[in-house]
Amino acid sequence: MEKVAGRPDSLTDKEFHYCPGCTHGIVHRLVAEVIDEFDLKEETIGVAPVGCSVLAYDYFDVDMHEASHGRAPAVATGIKRVHPDKAVFTYQGDGDLASIGTAEIVHAANRGEEITTIFINNAIYGMTGGQMAPTTLEGQKATTSPYGRDLGEAGHPIKVSEMLSKLDGAAYIERVSVDSPKNIKQTKKAIKKAFEVQQSGEGFAMVEVLSTCPTNWGVSPVEAIEWLQENMLPHYKLGEVVDGEVQG
Amino acid sequence: MGEKVLMKGNEAIGEAAIKAGCTHFFGYPITPQNDIPEYMSRRLPKEGGVFLQAESEVAASNMVYGAAGAGARVMTSSSSPGISLKAEGISYIAGAELPCVIVNIVRGGPGLGGIQPAQSDYFQATKGMAHGDFRLVVFAPSSVQEAVDLTMEAFDVADKYRNPVMVMGDGIIGQMMEPVEFKDIGTDDLPEKDWITDGAEGRDRNVINSLYLDPEKLEEHNWKLDRKYEKIKEEEVKYETSNMEDADVAIVAYGTTARIVKTAIKKARAEGIKVGLIRPITLFPFPEKVINEAADQVDKFLTVEMSTGQMVEDVRLAVNGKKPVEFYGRTGGVVPTPEEIVEQLKEVVE
Ligand SMILES: Cc1ncc(C[n+]2csc(CCOP(=O)(O)OP(=O)(O)O)c2C)c(N)n1
Ligand code: SF4
Repeated sequence: MEKVAGRPDSLTDKEFHYCPGCTHGIVHRLVAEVIDEFDLKEETIGVAPVGCSVLAYDYFDVDMHEASHGRAPAVATGIKRVHPDKAVFTYQGDGDLASIGTAEIVHAANRGEEITTIFINNAIYGMTGGQMAPTTLEGQKATTSPYGRDLGEAGHPIKVSEMLSKLDGAAYIERVSVDSPKNIKQTKKAIKKAFEVQQSGEGFAMVEVLSTCPTNWGVSPVEAIEWLQENMLPHYKLGEVVDGEVQG
Repeated sequence: MGEKVLMKGNEAIGEAAIKAGCTHFFGYPITPQNDIPEYMSRRLPKEGGVFLQAESEVAASNMVYGAAGAGARVMTSSSSPGISLKAEGISYIAGAELPCVIVNIVRGGPGLGGIQPAQSDYFQATKGMAHGDFRLVVFAPSSVQEAVDLTMEAFDVADKYRNPVMVMGDGIIGQMMEPVEFKDIGTDDLPEKDWITDGAEGRDRNVINSLYLDPEKLEEHNWKLDRKYEKIKEEEVKYETSNMEDADVAIVAYGTTARIVKTAIKKARAEGIKVGLIRPITLFPFPEKVINEAADQVDKFLTVEMSTGQMVEDVRLAVNGKKPVEFYGRTGGVVPTPEEIVEQLKEVVE
């Protein structure tokens, strides 16, 4: 078979285990491309989460440290405080970052911890089989919200980027999506900026990526993209987020 | 070196860590160990190190996990409820085979309990700290000097075995002032850290991980860890015996309790009771051999603890039915007096 586009140098040869149509793979590739473009392969330490991307340490061809569920920002803090000159990134899902690990992400952001966080928001718990996440939308069905998320019972789908952007230590936060070539391009731009911000020592940087989970949403990959566009985009507005507001 | 200074236990532990090359400390306030993070916050930055007050014990132990993986000599300290929270990170640290030092200045529990000295975290430290098949090396100092020596040694033992080491004291050890000397007791033949995550410059990448989705692989990993713990059992047992030469009764006690027992033994011997002390200095590995051998000599054992009876289970296992093992305990932060222990001894002897 003809090789159309080579794998970025900062990815291993290991084949992704993600379901067909899952956008985790796209984001992995973008992160690796950015590491390559900045020539950071030998200066990067990645922190993998718990969730579908738990095996991220098998995919990124850089030093990797696997964290416990939600604690990646704390692990990254430990690493960064030992190696302040290296690029440290965390890769986290929404269950990981917005639920069990809320304290860790809030305080890493507030300390202005010089790390880059890639936050995958697919509005559901993927790995454990489709339970409700803090990011699950109103009315959205999940295995633990079988009648659709009820705001009165389960609270509101959390807008992490808006929340974190109000913290003084957060230097750069942008919400992007991988639902179209144009948005994928923008996602890469944002990831690039998040690494630049880290390298310049300005503070905490995070890119929230709206992502799909066809398997647990119970739809085809194509329908998943449509579902993201129709349901997630209106609630999770794209753009750079400053002081709680998306900058149009 | 060689100079004696008067120091509070908690602060002496902090200084010992710095002298042992600890460069990073992550902690969270909890009584009665606050002097340790406070001391580290004053001293570490001046030594070019890093002190960080984490947002919680959960975060602190995970920061330790990151820093240990990144190759630093790193320490955290806490007290009982805080250690419960640190347990998550400690299991990951042990699973990923990283070195670090954890100080537990034990207070009474369960739950919020109290803030007075206790030994009721023995089970937690030596058996079920957290999920999975793993062990900590556990040092139990009974004086400030010993706390200093063991803290320094803890870093070397941690590096030697790539395993977390706990220094377990209590509020008395932490708060009392004693003259201490900072001896250089480090070993210099420690293995090179070629496994750390510091950016893979000029080498293949390293991965720090404790996930083994294949049960056969996880079993293999767990047996590998177990072989390490067996080696630790062979090489790292520490204990002290006193007055055992002619003893009819052996008291087994550790830490602060062992100090009080020493006073009780003086009193009891003055009344003609031939009693000696076996003091475990390492709680894991437990000095089971010396206890088992003592069972050939003494008629009875008495275990004294500041708990409702935890180490006594290990003493019974070590004695293995050869002789009766009695127990005396005070708990909840109540410290036994020498007089009480003598009373207890008299009952045991009868
Ligand atoms: C302490 C702890 N609690 C729960 C789990 C189980 N768990 C594994 S993955 C996961 C959800 C992950 O969801 P998310 O972060 O959204 O990532 P995704 O799988 O969707 O990519 C949970 C709850 C765990 N591994 N550890
Ligand atoms: S379960 Fe969902 S998030 Fe996980 S790999 Fe499959 S599609 Fe992706």
